[in-house]
Amino acid sequence: MDVLGRYRNLIVLVGVLFAQVLGLAVQVRRTTNGESAHLIRIWAVDAVTPLEKGLNWVRNTSGGIWHNYFYLRGVRAENRALKLEIERMRLEQARLSQDADQARRLQALLAFKEQFISKTMAAQVIGGTGSELSRSVYIDKGSRDGIKRDMAVITKDGIIGKVLYVYHSTSLVLLVNDQTSGVGVILDKTRLQGILRGTSSGEVVLEKVMSDETVPVGEQVLTSGGDGIFPKGLPVGTVTKVSTGSDLFLNIRVRPSADLSRLEEVLVVTKVDERQAEPDNTAAVRAVDILAERLPTVPPKPATPADGAAKNPAAPPSGAAKPASPGALLAGQSTGQAKPKSPPPNGQAAVVTPSTAAPKASAGAPPASDATKTTMAPTSGAVKFGTSNSGAPAVKKSTTPASPAINPMTGTQPPATGVTGKPAPKPATPTTGPAVTRKPESPPQDNPQ
Amino acid sequence: MAITYTSGEQVEVYRFSIPATILIPLTAVFLQAWLPLRFHFFTIFDLPLLVTIGFATARRSPLAGLFTGGLIGILQDALTHQPIGLYGISKTVVGFGASSLGIKLDVENAGARFLLTILFYVVHEVVYFMIARGLVGLHMAWSWPHEIGSGVANAALGVLIYALLDRVKQRT
Repeated sequence: MDVLGRYRNLIVLVGVLFAQVLGLAVQVRRTTNGESAHLIRIWAVDAVTPLEKGLNWVRNTSGGIWHNYFYLRGVRAENRALKLEIERMRLEQARLSQDADQARRLQALLAFKEQFISKTMAAQVIGGTGSELSRSVYIDKGSRDGIKRDMAVITKDGIIGKVLYVYHSTSLVLLVNDQTSGVGVILDKTRLQGILRGTSSGEVVLEKVMSDETVPVGEQVLTSGGDGIFPKGLPVGTVTKVSTGSDLFLNIRVRPSADLSRLEEVLVVTKVDERQAEPDNTAAVRAVDILAERLPTVPPKPATPADGAAKNPAAPPSGAAKPASPGALLAGQSTGQAKPKSPPPNGQAAVVTPSTAAPKASAGAPPASDATKTTMAPTSGAVKFGTSNSGAPAVKKSTTPASPAINPMTGTQPPATGVTGKPAPKPATPTTGPAVTRKPESPPQDNPQ
Repeated sequence: MAITYTSGEQVEVYRFSIPATILIPLTAVFLQAWLPLRFHFFTIFDLPLLVTIGFATARRSPLAGLFTGGLIGILQDALTHQPIGLYGISKTVVGFGASSLGIKLDVENAGARFLLTILFYVVHEVVYFMIARGLVGLHMAWSWPHEIGSGVANAALGVLIYALLDRVKQRT
């Protein structure tokens, strides 16, 4: 007993250490399911994350008050610069959409299945782990928000990691620079595939690229979609250093696109759809149309019914669908409205808005700018080609009552329809350009008139 | 600056109130998880380790020291995705060692605390390194300059933290 009493402290120390080592060994053995010692983690996270959330709330609130109410210096200049940037990007978008349309057509030909990020959830980074061996962060969304294990987490710059543990109101996100993470990636130009891994020092390396391959420094690294977590094509980083490794593979260093040391807001990809690519039948927006928007518009000339479109209902559909101005075309597309360049499929009737029908019918009359403006507004009565299940003409996405359409053949005015197909209220003021209902499947040359 | 050897009768034993015993380690773990996100340089510090050393040297009870260190370490482990026990074992050893040494040495002056913290920081890192590589199979690189530098930084911060802990400790 004396010996036990004399070495009591040491015996307890050995006992505690033995218990912890045993527990560690059990966890290492069961590391595949990731759920070992889950209860201790829940307690720890529940004890610490409320403090982190509270501190973040205080920080964001005080920062928001300062930035939104007091510190507004330079906002006008920034606004001007942003407007210019939007102009530039719209032109760029017009160019890129041509390429995208072509790619979609080709993909459709090949029955290519694409993955689309269809749903994301914004989350805020509330804390880290405080350990250099565990490069992961906590976000303020958990199982109650629909977060699940292995969901991809991204920012606007690129991927940052995946959800590892999900708790009730928080989740642990394993960053791509952690040494236990792995992401299937592909090099943008050379199309070489590899695995992206973190290192113990927090760097990111690309593994499993054979040493006889050539990888240029500066090449973009994208997700390959092979890991089943990240959809294909998301930016990952840039190659910064390439050297020959001791084995058959290259040592490739990658600088992540997203700044992993300064994460504040992230997006959790909660839903990824896989669907076959379909060619986009909408007419592409041309850069010239965008540039033409800047030109001064001609003042509207009131169109009389005699000059209206009703007199010439047999005008070619393609001509009728031509917009009054390039701006109208753009507006129609940007709001998901009428697609002027492509006639609707056979058997479908097209309801054309006054703004698109009037100019053609009035034979050189100036465009009805009032109507054009109405169409350009995001909430204007947007009409889209299409049919209901029964084959009857369908009106889609009409948010405001469209102007009454007159059947040129009968001269009657059918009841206008709204979103639900119910008769819409009569407009307070009649529009100058009457709408026409056409049968676009009839080619112009076959028209009896 | 001198570390003086003291007899058992000369050392004073302190205790901490229950709120301080719970809230101080919790705050240390919370700050350790939160601050590196805002200030990246803070990753070289180990606040829970400094609190473990501070508690252990003040209480001067090896059993209290090892249990305090073990619990703080497990709490720290639970926030990571690594197996629980890496920090737990390291801090158990440090807590036991610091309280055992606190009985033998006078650790009331800043110089002694500074040197003691460097010593136990290195001990902590060595134990952690061995467990991480030997038991868990993690890849880790050991760098003496980095460890000594981090030890000095932690010791400097530790002296301030121990001074704060002195204000809440109570004589038994």
